Amino acid sequence: MSVLVDKFDVFAGGFWLTFQICVLAAIGALILGAVVAVLRISPVPPLRAVGTAYVTIFRNMPLTVVMFFSAFALPALGSNADFLRIPVLDVVFTRLSTDLPYFRFALIALTLYTAAFVCEALRSGINAVPPGQAEAARSLGLTFGQNLRYVVLPQSWKASIVPLGSVIIAMIKNSALIGFFGVVGDLSASADQLTGAEGYAFIPVAIGISIGYLIMTVPLGALLDRIERRQAVAAR
Amino acid sequence: MRFTRAAVVATAAALTFGLTACAGEDAGSSGDTGGSTKTFAAGSTMEKLNKAQAIKVGTKFDQPGFGLKGLSGKPEGFDVEVAKIIVKELGIPADKIEFVETPSKIREDAIVNNNVDFVVATYTINDKRKERIAFAGPYYEAGQNILVKADEATITGPDAFKAGDKKVCSVTGSTPAENIKTYVKDVATQVVLFDTYDKCITALDGGQVNAVTTDNVILLGYIAKNEGKYKLAGDNFTKEPYGIGVKIDDKDFRTFINDTLEKAYADGSWKKAWDDTAGKFGAELGTAPAVNRY
Amino acid sequence: MTSVLYDVPGPRQRRLTLILSIVATFVVVAGAYYLIYLPLDEKGQFSMELWGPLVDPSNENFVLVWERIWVGIENTLIAAVLAIVASLIIGTLLSLLRLQLKSIAGNRYAGLSTPVAYLLRGLGSGLAVLTRVCVEVFRGLPVVITIFFVARGFPEFGVTLETLWYLVIGLTIYNGVVIAEILRSGMEGLPFGQREAAVAIGLSPFQTTTLILLPQSFRIMLPALISQLVVVLKDTSLGFIISYEETLNIGKQIIGVLSNPIQVYFVIAVLFILVNYSLSKLAQYVQKRLARGRKTANLPVPHNAVQTADLVDVDD
Repeated sequence: MSVLVDKFDVFAGGFWLTFQICVLAAIGALILGAVVAVLRISPVPPLRAVGTAYVTIFRNMPLTVVMFFSAFALPALGSNADFLRIPVLDVVFTRLSTDLPYFRFALIALTLYTAAFVCEALRSGINAVPPGQAEAARSLGLTFGQNLRYVVLPQSWKASIVPLGSVIIAMIKNSALIGFFGVVGDLSASADQLTGAEGYAFIPVAIGISIGYLIMTVPLGALLDRIERRQAVAAR
Repeated sequence: MRFTRAAVVATAAALTFGLTACAGEDAGSSGDTGGSTKTFAAGSTMEKLNKAQAIKVGTKFDQPGFGLKGLSGKPEGFDVEVAKIIVKELGIPADKIEFVETPSKIREDAIVNNNVDFVVATYTINDKRKERIAFAGPYYEAGQNILVKADEATITGPDAFKAGDKKVCSVTGSTPAENIKTYVKDVATQVVLFDTYDKCITALDGGQVNAVTTDNVILLGYIAKNEGKYKLAGDNFTKEPYGIGVKIDDKDFRTFINDTLEKAYADGSWKKAWDDTAGKFGAELGTAPAVNRY
Repeated sequence: MTSVLYDVPGPRQRRLTLILSIVATFVVVAGAYYLIYLPLDEKGQFSMELWGPLVDPSNENFVLVWERIWVGIENTLIAAVLAIVASLIIGTLLSLLRLQLKSIAGNRYAGLSTPVAYLLRGLGSGLAVLTRVCVEVFRGLPVVITIFFVARGFPEFGVTLETLWYLVIGLTIYNGVVIAEILRSGMEGLPFGQREAAVAIGLSPFQTTTLILLPQSFRIMLPALISQLVVVLKDTSLGFIISYEETLNIGKQIIGVLSNPIQVYFVIAVLFILVNYSLSKLAQYVQKRLARGRKTANLPVPHNAVQTADLVDVDD
C-alpha cells in the first residue's frame, strides 16, 4: 500500500491532468452539442442533415477510432490544433500550449464524441416539453428562433439536466483512453507507468486509480440521483 | 410478443453456438507430426512439453523483423525463428506452436502467470526483470538508438533532448521509454508514448515529434522500409542484450535453451534465421553473443 | 416534436429555405473540399497504393486483408454477444437482488424477539448498502480500467484465462451493473397498482417481482437494452488494450504491414457505424411497436423509465 503514499504525486498529477481535460472537454462538448442540437431541429433541411449525420457518425463509432482520427488524421490535414492555444486558459491548463499537440488532439476527440451525446440529451429534454407550449408560441407569431429562446429551451433545460449529467459522467470515464493516444501522465496511464515500468504491485495501484475516478464520478452521480428524485416527486 | 421472446432466445443461442464453432476451427489444423522421439529427464519442463506436443510462445506482433503478425495471420521475424529453433529441439513440430502476443508491459506477467511457456520478444535482459523471471541467452545484442528524418541535423545523440525543445516518441511501458526520460528536460512537453512504433513513425512524419527512440534493430526496420527517408542519429547509447524469458526457478529449461542456442550458433541455423528475417533490413548480426548461464 | 417548433412554411418561407439550403449545401461541400479533400490529396492519402488493398479486389493483398478483417469482426461479435448475454443474466439477477434486499430492509420482523429482529434488519440493510456500493463503484469506473483490472488482477489471484474472457468479464461487470439499473428503474417506475394488485392476490414479494414487475420492466426497457448492445459493441474495441484480436487490433496489425493507418481506420469506422446504426434503428423500431402496444394495453409511460431510457442511451 506504500505506493499510494510514496507515489502520491504521480496519482495527484494524473488526477489533475484527467480533471483538466474533463473540464475543457465538458465545456467544449456542451457548446458544440447545443449547436448540433439546434442544427438537428432547424427548419433548413441541409442543416438538419448535417446535424443528423454528425450524431449518427459519432454515436456509432468507438471513441478509440475518433481518438485515432484526431491524433493522426488531423496532422494529415495539416493542423496541429493550434487554435486551441487559448491565451488566458493556458495559464491554468498548461498542457494546452505545449509544443506536443496530443493533449489538444485528445481534447478535440473527446469534445467531438461527447457533443453527439450532448445533442441527444438536449433533444430528449426538448421532446419532454409538451407540444402545446411550442404550438401556443407559434400561434402568438413567434419565429423558430424566438420559439426556442423564449419558450422551449427554458423549459427543456430542466428535463435535460439529468441526461446531460450522465453524459458528462460517461465523458469522464471515457477520458481514460487519452493515455493511449500520446497524452503522457493522465490517471489511467499512471497505472501503466507504476505497474509496468516501475514495477509496483498491481492491487494498490489499482485502488489508487479507482479512487481517482470515483472522486469525480460518484459525487456527480449522487447529485444527479437527487435531482432526478426531486423532479420525479415534482412530476407526481 | 410471446413468440418474439422465444425467437430471440433461439437466435441468440444459435448465434453464440455458431460463433464459438467458428472460433474453434482454426485450432485443429495439423501437419506432420514431427519427431516426438526425443527423450528428456522425467519431470522436466522439456518432457512435459514434449509429451503434450503443444507449446505457447510469447512474442510481439508488431515488431517488423522480429515478430510481426502480417496479412497471413502468422507472426514472422527473428524472434519467431529463434522460438522455432528451440521448439524443434523439444521435438515439437512448428505448426503446434501457439504464438501469444506479449507487448512490452505484460511480458513478466505472462511468464509468471503461466500464460506462455517462454517469451522471445525483443526482451532486454536486466536485473529488475530477473527479480521475477529468468533469462536464457542472450541470443542477440541490440542497443538503443534514435531515428530522425534524413535531413535532421541538430539531433546527433540523446543529449540533444536536454535543451528541452526537441520531442521524442517511444512505446508505453518499454525500456527505451524509461531510458529516454532520463535525458529529457521535461517529460510532459517532450515525450510522447504510444502503443506501437507505427504511431510514432506517423507522428515523426507529421512533424509532431522530432525523433523516435528504441532499439536500433527496430529502427533499422523502418529505415529499410522507407528508403532514404530516415536515418539513425549517431551510435547506440545503451546495450540491450535480448534474452529468452522463462520461469524464475526453471533452471533446467534455461540450461536446455542455452544449449540449444549454442548448438544453433554452431550449425548455422541461428545465422540463417537472421538472414531470412531482420537481416534483410541491413542490420548487422555481429558475432554470436556468449550465453550467460547464471 | 421538431415539426411543432415552426409553422408549415408558406411560399416566401419556402423560397427562403430553398436559397438557404443551397447556400448551406454549398458551404458544406466547399468546406469539405478545401479543408479535407485538398490537404489529404496533397499528402497522397488518396493514392491506390494505400487504398488498393482495401477496395480493389484485383490487388494482391485484397483477399488477405479482408480475411484478417473478417477474423477481427468475428472476434468482435463473439466478445460482444458473450458480454451482452452475460450482462443480461448478471443484470437481471442483480436487479432482483437489490429489489429483494430493499423489501427485506423494510421488513420489521414483528413476530420475532427484539435482538433477532434487529440482527436480521441490520443484515438486510447491510447487504443492501453493500450491493449499492458495488453498483456505484463499477458504474463509476471507466470500462478501460475495469477490463485492465480484470486482465491484470485475475492472474494475481491465480486465475488465468484467454484474453477473450478477460474482455468479456470486464465488459460484463460494467454493463451488468448498468443493465441492473435499467431494469430496476423500470420496475420502480411501474404504476404502484401493479404491485398492490399482485400483493392482493396473495403473491409473495419474490413472486411479485419475477412474475409481475420484471417482465413488464423488460418490455418497457427493451429499447434501452438494445442501445446498451451498441455500447457493448463499441466497447469491445477496448480489447486492444489487453491484446485481444478484435477488429481494431487486427487493423493495427494490417497497418504494421501496409502503413496505411488513415485508410484502415476509415474502413473500420464505416463498419462500426453500419452495424451500430442498424442496431439503433432496430431499437427505434422496437420502441415504436411497444408504443403501439402500450396504447391498447393502456399502460401509462413511467416517468422514471423514459428518462432512464434516454439516459442509458447516452451512457457509455
